[in-house]
Amino acid sequence: MQRSGFRTVGARIVHVSVLVVFTILLAFPFYWMVIATFKQNIDLYTVENNPFTFNAKPTLDHLRLLFGETQFVRWLGNTALVGALVVVITLLLAVPGAYALARLTGRWGQRLGIGIFLTYLIPPTLLFIPLSRVVALLGLQDTIWSVVLVYPSMTIPFSIWLLMGFFKSIPKELEDAAMVDGLTRFGAFIRMVVPISISGILTVVIFSFTLVTQEFVYALTFISPESNQMVGVGIPIFLVRGDVYFWGSLMAACLITSVPIAVLYNLFLDRFIAGFTVGAVK
Amino acid sequence: MTNRQLGAVMFAPAVLFIILLIGFPFVLAVLYAFSDARIGSTGFHLVGLENFRSILQSPSFRKALQNSIVFTVCAQAIVIVCSTILSMALEKPFRARGLVRLLILLPWVAPVSLGTIGWKWILDSIYSVITWVLIWLHFYKPYSAPMWLGEPRLAMASVILVHCWRLIPFSTVIMLAGRSAIPKEIPEAASIDGAGFWRTLFHITIPMMTPIISVALLFGIVFTFTDMTVVYILTAGGPFDSTQTLPSLAFATGVQGSDLAAGAAISLFLVPVLVAVAYFMLRVAHRAEVV
Repeated sequence: MQRSGFRTVGARIVHVSVLVVFTILLAFPFYWMVIATFKQNIDLYTVENNPFTFNAKPTLDHLRLLFGETQFVRWLGNTALVGALVVVITLLLAVPGAYALARLTGRWGQRLGIGIFLTYLIPPTLLFIPLSRVVALLGLQDTIWSVVLVYPSMTIPFSIWLLMGFFKSIPKELEDAAMVDGLTRFGAFIRMVVPISISGILTVVIFSFTLVTQEFVYALTFISPESNQMVGVGIPIFLVRGDVYFWGSLMAACLITSVPIAVLYNLFLDRFIAGFTVGAVK
Repeated sequence: MTNRQLGAVMFAPAVLFIILLIGFPFVLAVLYAFSDARIGSTGFHLVGLENFRSILQSPSFRKALQNSIVFTVCAQAIVIVCSTILSMALEKPFRARGLVRLLILLPWVAPVSLGTIGWKWILDSIYSVITWVLIWLHFYKPYSAPMWLGEPRLAMASVILVHCWRLIPFSTVIMLAGRSAIPKEIPEAASIDGAGFWRTLFHITIPMMTPIISVALLFGIVFTFTDMTVVYILTAGGPFDSTQTLPSLAFATGVQGSDLAAGAAISLFLVPVLVAVAYFMLRVAHRAEVV
């Protein structure tokens, strides 16, 4: 009895320390962004100061600089616009595509679905060189339209895969009944299947939007003018003047952009993960 | 219209899009790799294996290939061990689990370029918090601490560290999903039969988790091997190409250096790894279908 008592206490200590250590290690950079955002430069750039505390009064100067004198707000706007357009294109192509694979293509639908899913594994770093020429030939270079065109190629495969699983879980009888009532197959899809699939469709919306905010390589390659940047490239590349890093406003920009995206993504994470596991988990 | 025809009509736009924006550029990449294409010149000749011959001889390519492999292997080894431990800790219910989960997931769900710039500040040559702590603990004298991103070995370790930081959360949630699928009765029965914690772990839990660990590993391999963002922001391949990877070298050569042909040829070295991952992924998916 004594021994097992020690064991449970020991197990608890191990459990808590594992959680505490990992949480601190993983969340630390974001905590560090908060600190840098509100520190005065004189405090930030004095090596002797204890970096964990405020040695001078907290300040809003970095936020003022970020919003007043950089293109940060504009980058946020560009990103939101591109995100919205990519979401629309993704839905228009992926929703019907996934339904076709789930219901209409019979046995090879599943195989085709996995094939589509695998194209999600093709990284931007394999295709950015030829795509930069394609974008240039279409006259889209240096505009946000270049990424509006290219990003759906990253969002559609995974979205089809997610939605396919979703549509399969809907009972077939639902559409059969609707078709008996006089709707065509396509009519049943639009009127019956799409409305009850709203949560799956919402997952695709969030996935596509967050992917747009996270992408770096294509935006870096296709767009060079500062004012047309996406937020993920604008902050790390254009908030740095030559070799001078404005760490305070740089960290503020990272924080303001990442936290909302992270919270949004986190809400839907379990659904994305269900898609990632390729059916290895039932 | 039959189901089949309707299916084809509904599926065609998506497939067409994927072919035009993934299939066609891929063919173009292969074509470039065998040509002398450059940004700004319209001439275009096939030159056979010339590009491959010259990149295979270049020391920076060899270093990049070696780094890509080293970074991927080291990062994935650490990620799999850490995420197995972390997923076990997160599985048991405890107070504030939702908040802890969000904090742990931040590195994966926040944009990678922004998390990496956060690390660049943490690893700064003068104002690094790590340096400050080490000086405070008297491991180093002031102004003699190492430059984390300025010395080749430390810079390589830093890149691996950031990859681990970013992928541990992702791997952990995949494993959590896998663990929730293991019936609780089996490990419980084993422990009633007298199997201790470690025996249950190595003989029951880990073997049952093999499919899900392999999924986490396969994605992890693709995400580290093909990544350019972390290296580009953290070190830009430096110091002296010591942290250059295949993707970052392809960018430096093909985009910044205007040599499309050589850049495309370097990128193509990613393909064997992608094909291998796709093959194993198909096996996992196939097994899941059969069971």
